[in-house]
Order: sequence, then C-alpha cells, then structure tokens
Amino acid sequence: MTTINRRLFIKSTGAAAALSLAAPLVARAAADPIKVGGLHDLSGALDSIGIPMNQVFQMAIKEINDAGGLLGRPVEGVIYDPQSNMSLYSQYATQMAVKDRVAVVMGGITSASRETIRPIFHRFKTLYFYNTQYEGGVCDRNEITLGTTPAQTVRRVIPYAMNLFGKRVYTIAADYNYGHITSAWVKRFVEENGGEVIETEFFPLDVSQFGSTISKIQAAKPDFVLSAMVGTSHLGFYRQWAGAGMKSQIPIVSTVFGAGPEQVILTPEEGNGILSCFGYYEAVDNPTNTAFLARVKAAYPDNTPTISEISEVTYEGMMIWADAVREAGSIEREALWEVMESGKTYDLPAGKVSIDPKTHHAIRDVYIAELQDQVFQIKEAFPQSQPEDTQMVCDLVADPEANKHYEISL
Amino acid sequence: MDYFIVVALEMVRAVAWLVLLSAGLAIIFGMMRVINFAHGEFLMLGGYTVVTSTHAGVNEAVAILILAPLSVGLFGIIVERLVIRRLYGRILDSLLATWGLSMLMIGGVTLIFGNTVEGIASPFGGMAIGAYQVPIYNFVLIGFAALVLFGVWVVLKFTRAGLIARATMQNPAMAEALGVRTSWVYMATFGIGSGVTGLAGGLIAPVTGVVPTMGVNFVGQAFITVITGGAAVITGTLSSATLLGTISQATTFLAGPVYGDAALLLVALVLLRLLPQGITGRIFKRSL
Repeated sequence: MTTINRRLFIKSTGAAAALSLAAPLVARAAADPIKVGGLHDLSGALDSIGIPMNQVFQMAIKEINDAGGLLGRPVEGVIYDPQSNMSLYSQYATQMAVKDRVAVVMGGITSASRETIRPIFHRFKTLYFYNTQYEGGVCDRNEITLGTTPAQTVRRVIPYAMNLFGKRVYTIAADYNYGHITSAWVKRFVEENGGEVIETEFFPLDVSQFGSTISKIQAAKPDFVLSAMVGTSHLGFYRQWAGAGMKSQIPIVSTVFGAGPEQVILTPEEGNGILSCFGYYEAVDNPTNTAFLARVKAAYPDNTPTISEISEVTYEGMMIWADAVREAGSIEREALWEVMESGKTYDLPAGKVSIDPKTHHAIRDVYIAELQDQVFQIKEAFPQSQPEDTQMVCDLVADPEANKHYEISL
Repeated sequence: MDYFIVVALEMVRAVAWLVLLSAGLAIIFGMMRVINFAHGEFLMLGGYTVVTSTHAGVNEAVAILILAPLSVGLFGIIVERLVIRRLYGRILDSLLATWGLSMLMIGGVTLIFGNTVEGIASPFGGMAIGAYQVPIYNFVLIGFAALVLFGVWVVLKFTRAGLIARATMQNPAMAEALGVRTSWVYMATFGIGSGVTGLAGGLIAPVTGVVPTMGVNFVGQAFITVITGGAAVITGTLSSATLLGTISQATTFLAGPVYGDAALLLVALVLLRLLPQGITGRIFKRSL
C-alpha cells in the first residue's frame, strides 16, 4: 500500500499547484496524443508476416487507450506501409522521426530493413523496438530487440533433434545474411554436440524448383535436414519434399518455419512433423496467453491472424514501452531506458520476459514445437534463455554509444 | 546406378518444365510475333483457377486439365479482342501494353485473393527408384510436356485449321485473298496459346503453390527458352528446352542452384551471340 511520504506529498501538491497555474496549457496537452510509429510491410513479398504484426500493433494501441492512455494522453498510431521496399523504409523512418516526431517505433522485418532504419532512429534519437527473431549481433542502446536469436533457438533445437534422429545434418538455407549466419551457428552447435554437417546449400529467394536438391539429400542420407529457408518460393521445398514421399524418411527441422503463417499454408500432409523453435507459439499454456488470444479473436473476428513469435513480440514491445512510460512518467528515451534496464520482469503471453541491460536483447522462454495438423504442439520449454550470442560482442553498459551490427564470427 | 537414373530423370523433368513454361509463349510469339509480357501472369491465372476450384470441391484432374486451360484461354481471347488486336506489327507497343496488363493482373488477383501463398497438395506421392524416392508427379509433368508438343505438331501439320494458321502466319495478305478471315485466326491462335499457358500454370500449381507475384519467377525462363529456340514453335522449343534444361540441371547437381541458373543464362547468351535468330533461325530452318 502507498504511504504518503514527504517526496510524494511534494510531488502531488507541486503537481496540483502547477496544474492550477498552467491549467489551459495542460488541458491542451492532455488532448495532444502520444504518437507511436508502426513500420510493417503491409504489401509486397513480406505482407503475410507484416499484416498480423500490424493488427496486433493496433490492438495494443487500443488496449492502452481503453485503459486510459498514458500520462493522461491518448496514444495514436502512425502507420506507414514500406511495401517490402528498402528505399520506402528509409523514407518513412525519416518521416516518422522528423516530421511526425513519434515517441517510439515498432517495426522492420528482415535484417536488411532493420539495418536500413536502425541508423536513422539512432541519429534522430527516436526509440526503436525490433520485434523479429533474427541472427543476433545488434549493439545499439537505442534499439530494444525482443525477438529470439540463434543462441536461444538453434542451440536448443539442434541437440533435441540430434537426440531424436541422429548426428548427421544436411543444412539448406536462404542465400542472404540471415541464412549464412544461421547456418554458421548450426554448424557450430552440431559440432559442439558431436555431430557433423555433411553439406550446406544456399538458395536465392526466387528458387522454386528443388528436385535436384531433394535427390542430393537422398544421396547424402543425413539423419535430418535443417532448413533456414525463407519466403514464398522456398515453401515449394516442403511441398516437393512431401511430393517425393520423403516426409516419412528424413525429418525436417527449421529455424524459421512458422515465423509467418507457413504452417497454415502447407497442407497437414506436407507440414506434419516439422520441428521448430521460437520464443512463442499459440500453444503456450498460461492464463495471460489464453486471454491474449481471446482478445485477438475479439478484435479481429473475421480475419483473425495466426499469431507467431513475430506478432506476439510486437505486442510485447508495445506493452513494455507503455509500462516504462507509466513508471518513468515520461516519454523521454533516457528515462525509459532506466526503467527497462532495471531488470524488471514482464508477465507476457509468451511467458516471463526481461531485458538484458548489456545488449538490450530479451531474456525469455523459448520453446521447441512440432507441427501437427497445422498447429504447433509444444514439446519442450527452456525458461529464461539469455541472448548469449549478442552478449559475446556487445556491452552497452561499458559502451553506451555503440551503434553497430556485429556479424559474430564463429 | 540408381543415382544416375535419378539424375537423368531430373534432367528430363527440367526440360519438360521449360517446355511447359514456354509452349504457350512460343505459340503466340512464334506464330504471331507478339511478345506477351503478361505470360507469367497467365500462368498465375491458371494456377489460381486450379487452387480455387479445388478448394471449391472440384476434382483436381478436372481443374488442371479442363478448367485451367479453358478459363485462361477465354481470358486470352478477351485480351486479344480488347488489346492485342490493335497492336499487331508493333512489337514495342504490344510489349508495353502486355506489361501493363501483367501489373493489372497482379493487382487484381491480389485484391481478390490477397497476397498470400495458396496451394494444393502434390498428387500421387512418391515412388522408389533403387534407394531413391522420386515424385510420381514428375512423370505427369514430363508426359504433359510431350503431349502438348505432340498436340501442337499434329494440329499444325495434319489439320485444315493448322494449314490455315500456317498460311496466315506466312503471308496474311495472300491468305485474306484466298478467303481466310485472318483476324479470327489470330484470335484463335492467341486463345490456344493462352490455353496452353493456363494448362501449364495448372500443372505447376501443386509443385510450387500460387501467389499473385509468382509470374516473375517463370517469365524469364520462358522468354529465354523461346528466344533461344527461335521462330519454329515445336523444334525451337524442344531444342532450346533440351539444351538449357540439361545444362542447367547438370550444373545444379554439380555446383548448386545458383550456378545452375547462371549456367542457363550463360548458355543462352552464347547461343544468341552465335545464332541471333535462335536455334531454328540457322539449324532446322524449315521445321515447324
């Protein structure tokens, strides 16, 4: 219970005095909304991922406003559609920071888009939340990174799969920095666990024919296939794999499958049995999540999004930011950093989340799940995993001015 | 041994894939000298016809073999009447117009179905060759590629309609003088070319899934095959698809898909430097 002490007394009477003096000014300021930016791809190649993120983003704004807004002001979303196009990303990011003067931005999906907008927000001192699972290594005090990184996911799912299936791994990955860095982590974790990566193949994002690869995999006879394949063309791999009757022969483990709505695009026959690892699944069993999913359903009864880590984490970003604003009584980023770096634990649909002050990455629960009939069933949970990869290269406490994306060398 | 069979089969499948992708384009380009830049979107339309009608409960085979070619063929006829007809002999203009059409189609389909991948399961499952599993559907693709080429050949060579079509392409003024209504021949040719493209799109749908922007992934390969092949519809398509398909697939097996694509482009580049009119511009000159 609150006891009235001297400090609180001065604060409240002081505020009352200020209020009575500046009443007209405050009345106007109260009507003035706090702007928050949402920068998600609503069209173009990544829209199947961006649209659910944006839906959850808007739902979070509505929830904050229904609870009375922040600091007595309503919250207003400023939403642009960068159309999966990097030049639009930089244009809209600048616009948000300079013209709209938003208090915070949620957004960016691929690492390319993040590295386009992160320096812009850093320069204009606009607080930025990146809510995507990614390859790790961003060191920037201005960015709060809540998604999972390979040290949290790949390192868990590899030994799990090796126990289940065996030690010989065949890696297939998308041919850009995510795929390359992730497959390097795969190799490292496989070798740490006494296994062997017998082959790593990279595919440009527009490759849609995988017949030769499927034959090569059969010739190599791995114990399982590790896929870091990204995007719509690469979904063809899972179809053709099932079409060749390989599903019952060699299991597939993926680091990225289920970040978008892939699980409901593939038929159950094509998708059943695929293993993945993320910081959130709809199947996470806690009351916060049950209530969250019910609210999503109520907010979007007709076009209910399939919630994956990337959209749930967008909700986390908004809630963590709102909590910090309430506690700091300010929207200034220095004040918010202090709250978020204090080691607070947040009770969110994905479980308990806190922010590592050294890296501004999330310490969070991660889960291994298996796809059955278009729904992920959780197999194992790893509570409170640290972002150890980024911790290897980044210490914002020692160097708060850092502004870099490290490609962690292995 | 079984590995070589699998590799060989994969090469034949790659050739069949190129034949299917480009046959409709070859008919339209080879016979009418119209560059249909919306070719990829015609494929996409065939794919969507199959996916939506299958989801509506239509038998998969009916959807692929009848509905897809029929609906895309009809669409092609409408396009020919409204747009292409006004642009005969103006290659650049028709290229621009069909490019615009392709954007319109991508936008329209996105509006209706949304920009997400939809798909149907690949039929038939797999079969074993030695220690390997291959999709039975590969044989379906190979079979239909052969059937399409054979069908076009029979029509052009042995039917009266084929004779009229060839006459119109060779000398439209003379054909008119002999009582052929050439504008109808053009319309029918464009319709049939579109129908074949629709069939190909339908056959592709179970392998890749469909998305409004899928056309761009295929239109390049289709154009390269047709241009490399030259003017003759059947010999051209078959010879260039065989050459490009086997070389790119062999490279894919040896070095990976990036190099496979690069090899395909390199071969096409060299061939067009040596044979600017395509393979059938120099060799097999009098063939169909």
